[in-house]
Amino acid sequence: MKKWIATAALAAGAVMGVSMASAGTLDTVKSKGQVVCGHGQGLAGFALPDAQGVWRGLDSDVCRALAAAIFNDPNKVKVVPLTSKDRFTALQSGEIDVLSRNTTWTLSREASLGLEFAGINYYDGQGFMVRKSLKLTSAKELSGASVCVQQGTTTELNLADFFRANKLELKSVTFATNDETTKAYDAGRCDALTTDASGLYSERLRLAKPDDHVVLPEIISKEPLGPSVRKGDDQWLDVVKWTQFVLVTAEELGVTQANVDAMLKSENPEIKRLLGTEGKYGESLGLSNDWGYRIIKHVGNYGESFERNVGQGSPLKIARGLNALWNKGGLQYAPPIR
Amino acid sequence: MGKSVSSNNNQPFVQHDVIAPSRPPSNLVGPVGWVREHLFGGVFNTSATILIVLFLAWVLPPFLDFVLFDAVWTGVDREACIFNEAHPIVGACWAFIKDRFSFFNYGTYPIPERWRVDLFFVLLAISIIWLLKLSLPRRDLGAIYSFIILPVISYFLLIGSPALGLPIVTTNLWGGLLVTVVVSAVGIVVSLPLGILLALGRRSTMPAAQVFCIAFIEFVRGVPLITVLFMASVMLPLFVPREFEPDKLLRALVGVALFASAYMAEVVRAGLQALPKGQYEGAMALGLSYGQMMRLIILPQALKVTIPNIVSNYIGLFKDTTLVVIVGLFDFLRTIETARIDPIWAAPTVSPTGYVYAAIFYFIFCFAMSSYARTIEQRLSKADKR
Repeated sequence: MKKWIATAALAAGAVMGVSMASAGTLDTVKSKGQVVCGHGQGLAGFALPDAQGVWRGLDSDVCRALAAAIFNDPNKVKVVPLTSKDRFTALQSGEIDVLSRNTTWTLSREASLGLEFAGINYYDGQGFMVRKSLKLTSAKELSGASVCVQQGTTTELNLADFFRANKLELKSVTFATNDETTKAYDAGRCDALTTDASGLYSERLRLAKPDDHVVLPEIISKEPLGPSVRKGDDQWLDVVKWTQFVLVTAEELGVTQANVDAMLKSENPEIKRLLGTEGKYGESLGLSNDWGYRIIKHVGNYGESFERNVGQGSPLKIARGLNALWNKGGLQYAPPIR
Repeated sequence: MGKSVSSNNNQPFVQHDVIAPSRPPSNLVGPVGWVREHLFGGVFNTSATILIVLFLAWVLPPFLDFVLFDAVWTGVDREACIFNEAHPIVGACWAFIKDRFSFFNYGTYPIPERWRVDLFFVLLAISIIWLLKLSLPRRDLGAIYSFIILPVISYFLLIGSPALGLPIVTTNLWGGLLVTVVVSAVGIVVSLPLGILLALGRRSTMPAAQVFCIAFIEFVRGVPLITVLFMASVMLPLFVPREFEPDKLLRALVGVALFASAYMAEVVRAGLQALPKGQYEGAMALGLSYGQMMRLIILPQALKVTIPNIVSNYIGLFKDTTLVVIVGLFDFLRTIETARIDPIWAAPTVSPTGYVYAAIFYFIFCFAMSSYARTIEQRLSKADKR
């Protein structure tokens, strides 16, 4: 029944989505005076209301950057919290303009759900956490270990695949919820805990003695997370896509929230193009030419956003890893602005 | 009282005074007697008492240790509540509740505008006390205030009105206690009158009204609340133009109110059926119209017998408001769920603390409702005891 409703909703949504798209999301956003941004219902480091009730996180920064680019005000964001069931319907029906909700980019989502991914703001993947006392350095040494995992998730399937591919002996211990899984691991029911790496770091903080545990370096699945928009509105897709590229390019060029004003006088042609002191790149997207400057001024570059929300500046302390810039051993790469 | 002994000494001794009854044996009265009678009367009673005391002795001390004695009361982040050498045992992390207290009350309501929410709570409290405390004067004015003036004021106060100098606060920013109170208050206020109408409609002799009411009640009772909310939130936007699309909170309010009315209708119908037919016939014999009969004879009696059920419906409704999270609204419980995953407060006892706080909150509200209902029942049942 639920599946039927979801299918009908998605089908109807796909039809609506196409008809809505002709209106031009960017123009709609400008006339509404705010970007309507779909988030999850709270995920540590990615999108979570703080004590003042303001949404903070890596995914929130994407929306704040969009609002900064369009309105020169990062607070012109209306947040719509969505469950994982209704996130795509909300995008298709036009309820939200952009979905920035730790959603994995997959073929079927793009091909049949009527949405288009605008880039990757976090390369996630499944990892393992073990006790330091076991003195393990690699997940490949886990043969015969019992692993706590949440039931019925792709995580469970990935785990089985990884152990089979590496000819390791697996004793998985499954639990219905994330909380139970972590609790069981903390109580010593299993030797290792597995879930998405970003999740491992936040679960670790919840353990009785977080410092006794370590996250192993292996990432055994690909979970590229990024913002998505409705299919069929290329202008809006470009705006979201290039807003993200501005964040990454700024980090690459060393432009930060603190030095962006000084950088306006820079002679470097790449920085000039980024900040809009040269060329008309913003206008060609339907924005103002100083869009790049606005984004960095209000949100900072990708590295700053990362460290503030999930990295060393946050309790999560996630290492950059795959999310480092391409020239520093990571995967974050932006095409040139020119 | 008694007359003094007669002066005539010829008569044998006659006791004229009434002898005061002597006190019962001391082990049958007072605290000792009470304990003997109620706690240790017979083998079964005695063993039940002992078992219960043992159970409490087993459960209470760890609970009190967690909630009070080992609890952490001050702190600014997770450092206060994690296990370390300084405090190897950490109970409830009340510092977390203190830090997020305003988030639990207002959600993401803009900080400069939060006084409006406070004012709303005060106005609502006045209305509730005025209506429920029977000794207060002019309760007719109280009803006008509560059901007409208060909703209008609250609407402009909470949503805002640029004409009055109050910036608009869209409902997607509302959260926490505010959402829980608004949804349950609207549900409670709307469901009783609507439920009475539906119940009367269902028992009516007019076929159209009867069929409509039966269909509505049975349809709504036939689906879970979660489905009603899901349909309202996900399907509705697909079928109406964006300009006419109702607000998310409004969708949830309508869903909850209609859902509660259908259940209320069946409760009221039970009361109507419990009345002997003579009450109806008597009212008709007096020449009362249908409206007069219902208003003066039938409903007062029918509602009186259904008070326990009405209140348990209200309590259920109050707790069901947690389901509005389906529509993406942050109700009280959801704000706790959200705050507890914040890494700033990630510590082993933070989640249990959040849930204990939620339990206390819901218990206070529900217990207040049922206690009030009990006093009303006692007052009304005086008529039956004569």
